[in-house]
Amino acid sequence: MTLTLYGTEVTSRLLLGTARYPSPAVLQRAIAASGTEIVTVSLRRESGPDRAGQAFWSLIREAGVRVLPNTAGCKTVKEAVTTAQMARELFQTDWIKLEVIGEDDTLQPDPFGLVEAAKILCTEGFQVFPYMTEDLIVADRLLAAGCEVLMPWGSPIGSGRGLNNVYALRTLRAHFPNVPLVVDAGIGLPSHAAAAMEFGYDAVLLNTAVAKAGEPEQMARAFAQAVVAGRVAFLADPMEARDMAAPSTPVVGRPFSARD
Amino acid sequence: MKVEVVGCGVAGLCAATTFAERGCEVRVVSKSDGPDASCCSWWAGGMLAPWCEMESAEPLIGIFGAESMAFWHRLELKPVANGTLVVAHSRDLPDLRQFSRRTTKWDWFDAAAVADLEPDLAGRFSNGLFFSGEAHFHPRDVLELLFARLEALGAKIEVERGMSAIELAGDPRDADWRIDCRGLAARDVLTDLRGVKGEMLVLETDEVSLSRPVRLLHPRIPVYIVPRGDNRFMVGATMIESDERDRVTARSVLELLSAAYAVHPSFGEAEIVEIGVDARPAYPDNLPRLRQRDRTIFINGLYRHGFLAAPALARRAADWVLEGKQFDGAVDTVHGDWRAA
Repeated sequence: MTLTLYGTEVTSRLLLGTARYPSPAVLQRAIAASGTEIVTVSLRRESGPDRAGQAFWSLIREAGVRVLPNTAGCKTVKEAVTTAQMARELFQTDWIKLEVIGEDDTLQPDPFGLVEAAKILCTEGFQVFPYMTEDLIVADRLLAAGCEVLMPWGSPIGSGRGLNNVYALRTLRAHFPNVPLVVDAGIGLPSHAAAAMEFGYDAVLLNTAVAKAGEPEQMARAFAQAVVAGRVAFLADPMEARDMAAPSTPVVGRPFSARD
Repeated sequence: MKVEVVGCGVAGLCAATTFAERGCEVRVVSKSDGPDASCCSWWAGGMLAPWCEMESAEPLIGIFGAESMAFWHRLELKPVANGTLVVAHSRDLPDLRQFSRRTTKWDWFDAAAVADLEPDLAGRFSNGLFFSGEAHFHPRDVLELLFARLEALGAKIEVERGMSAIELAGDPRDADWRIDCRGLAARDVLTDLRGVKGEMLVLETDEVSLSRPVRLLHPRIPVYIVPRGDNRFMVGATMIESDERDRVTARSVLELLSAAYAVHPSFGEAEIVEIGVDARPAYPDNLPRLRQRDRTIFINGLYRHGFLAAPALARRAADWVLEGKQFDGAVDTVHGDWRAA
């Protein structure tokens, strides 16, 4: 049941963001409870010229998980590329979750900037995890740019609305059966995560749903279970939905009916 | 008993006051000759808001806060007990509902009630939460008052700019106990302390009037505005995982100003009187605690709860030193072991 991302095998199919927790201690407990092996870290705000966010990062490193730095909040190609380069140096990894935000209210990815930045970063040897809309053509361009993983949104970041466009997400899955697909952003409930896994997504990445829960540690555990449930259900080949009832016991010719 | 208190932020001054009031001979050692911009209490909002803080803080902060309120209300400079108003724009109403679920001691206000409470916010917010039991004051006035009272209580003040780490690691000089309240500077000993950077602004305008702190909920940029009198308003504060104490970014100022503008457009015409920055000392769980090493007790990790927690921690430190009483939840006896938790 392992998942391979750029040659790295992981068992857990839940990726966790590290922002907005009540404290680093709560974050550490949530990471442990989620069983995740990959956490995303935003360095844009925390990194001053003197790398003054070290204390927080070392608390994350203590959790013993792999770090996927991100370019959260970047709005231009140049910003995103510079942030990625800084992240590579700081975290000693070629992995980068690429965010190029196009609009403030929806925090919607800018597909044009995203593809351009992805091209540059892939050329520079980065292993890019692009945060994208669910658009099929954008997906195609990102793969052409050299991305080997795609991360379409479920709905806007932090909205907790779940999977807004299941049809398009399924289309992506059908078109790219061999590309690891991760639903990133918009997940609010474990059932949203399970749903994505049930129709064959490879993993789920979320942050706010756990960080802003009243009990982040418990919510992390709930998500871990949901992701496993969804994955197992997918592998078990779920039944097809149908319009009419299909009784699980025969009704024709019942010899007698129960009366009281 | 002789007690040496190191540091004159809110933790140090509350500790010195408490020990002096309980009959100790107190000496305050500080790098500055009084409260000033070098301690992060200087930049605080000055909100006594234990019920609001419960939205994300541990219950211990509520307990400390309730206890500390009594300490502050005993001062000559009474906190303004006008409560706190929490508002959100209509599209962020889910945040207001969630805030209400996770807090107590509020009343749900509709637009008319909000306008009644803060006439200048009339028509701007359709809903609000009013925490009537909360209060606010000007932290700098309070620090200066505490400092002045200390001298009246007979405490000696020593300015010692270069007290070295070695001296601080040794026994207190000419005292039975040392109470170390150096904040982030104590990282040389308290290795699990980290800084959480906060930036704040002071704006001045006579076009807006507020009687109490107003908190604006926002998914990315929550902000509070505290009226400071004389047409001044403190707008704060960012929360960034960083040890930087001296660099304000344009982004932060932009965000704080946008949020203030969203509370009332007249803040757009306000004069920017001050831009401040410092880093709050915090342990990994963001909870304050007392630690002992030999004859030194450390009061630290007050994070964003300096004024809420300092009096309660000072009392516990005094109970510990003078009566041997230790309180659950506030004390680590063995520094270092805790970190594995």
